Amino acid sequence: MTPLIEVDDLRFRYDDGTQALNGVTFRLYPGECVSLLGANGSGKTTFALHLNGLLSGTGRVTVCGLEISKDTLPQIRRKIGVVFQDSDEQLFMPTVLEDVVFGPLNMGLTAPEATSRAEEALERVGAAHLRAKAPYHLSAGEKRRVAIAGVLAMEPEILILDEPTTYLDPPAERELARLLHELPQAKLLITHDIAFAAALATRAVFFESGRIVCEGPVDEVVARYDWNVRL
Amino acid sequence: MHHVVVERWSRRESPIHRRDARAKLVAALAMIVAIATTPATHGISAAAYSVVLLVAVFVARLPLGALVWRAALVLPFTAVFALASWLSGDPLRASALVWRSYLSAFTALLLISTTPLIELLRALEWMRVPGFVILIAQFLYRYLFVISEQAQHMRVAARCRAGEGHRLTFGGAAAALSVLFLRSYARADGIQRAMLARGFSGHFPTTIPTRFTYNDACFGALAAAICMGIRFAQ
Repeated sequence: MTPLIEVDDLRFRYDDGTQALNGVTFRLYPGECVSLLGANGSGKTTFALHLNGLLSGTGRVTVCGLEISKDTLPQIRRKIGVVFQDSDEQLFMPTVLEDVVFGPLNMGLTAPEATSRAEEALERVGAAHLRAKAPYHLSAGEKRRVAIAGVLAMEPEILILDEPTTYLDPPAERELARLLHELPQAKLLITHDIAFAAALATRAVFFESGRIVCEGPVDEVVARYDWNVRL
Repeated sequence: MHHVVVERWSRRESPIHRRDARAKLVAALAMIVAIATTPATHGISAAAYSVVLLVAVFVARLPLGALVWRAALVLPFTAVFALASWLSGDPLRASALVWRSYLSAFTALLLISTTPLIELLRALEWMRVPGFVILIAQFLYRYLFVISEQAQHMRVAARCRAGEGHRLTFGGAAAALSVLFLRSYARADGIQRAMLARGFSGHFPTTIPTRFTYNDACFGALAAAICMGIRFAQ
């Protein structure tokens, strides 16, 4: 099976000298849901930001057969949807509907096409009733659903979700897990929420000091690095 | 958050809100040009402009007190120049500086309170305002709110630990300001990444259709005629 994402020996250093990625090699296959685990600052988010060209280090990154370059970025950003950790950063338009159509309109769709896609996406995440609301009036769970709708409206092949359960109460978390489980896209979950990862992910990779040090079934990776909360 | 008030006003329903942004922009520009070019000796014109603006506020069903207060934010800046004119023996010029700047600010505030930003920017595009100026306006608008949000979060955090009566020292205020800008910078960086991730390429798309009707043309022409009428009445 051809991988959707191929990363070879990816290295990246921030301007302040921090070596965030130190030779990451990774594959994501169609239908997979991979959880990225690891301590804060271990390189998970930095790695994800490389996958749609928001950061660029050395090494090779290929998405759906396209190597990341300035010319391929618009195509790649249609194929990878990123749901950021802080929904407030993602929702910047005055109303929910305007925010969800932002991506499709940038893809060059006409206003009716983009609106139709946005309404479908809002329906799918159960947020159709919020379409006319201002994003800052929504609860954390609603914001998360709208942020996901904004990405789904672009019909990406791959979804990256950075700490998707932050600020969510257990029912909202459960609802999100159900929604993600139903979505056919390949997914990358960056999370510290082990129960959430175990419910959704088909495998996990563990980041340490900017490299992947272990991969396998979620429970095995969690057990190996003692990544559970307990007294 | 406080900043959303004007944005919320701009999405209300009224005969002025319904007008096309281009018609409102032409009307506002005519008013500002008329105000700016009215001689300082024509104080009665200032009263006439005020009446026109008050009628517009009434028709747009906006809260007058809040608008009067917000427009007054411009006064500290003009007060310095007005004071200099007063001290140099030209009180007429000093008062003209104050009413001109206040009424111009009120007009601009009325425009943004009755027109969603995205429509207003499209009207500016229509007026052939350079693209980079529009882009700067968009980001300025967005990031001013980012800074305001961050400032409010920091204020709440400081109150929680210092109580209401605590007064900030100069050093403390300077440190807080530097932290505010660093936090705002990081926040703005996050927003920009989220925009790029969804294909942002320097242009804010919109689904709002533009329809410049006969009524819009009449509104723009009538408003411009009233402004110029007052300007040249004496």
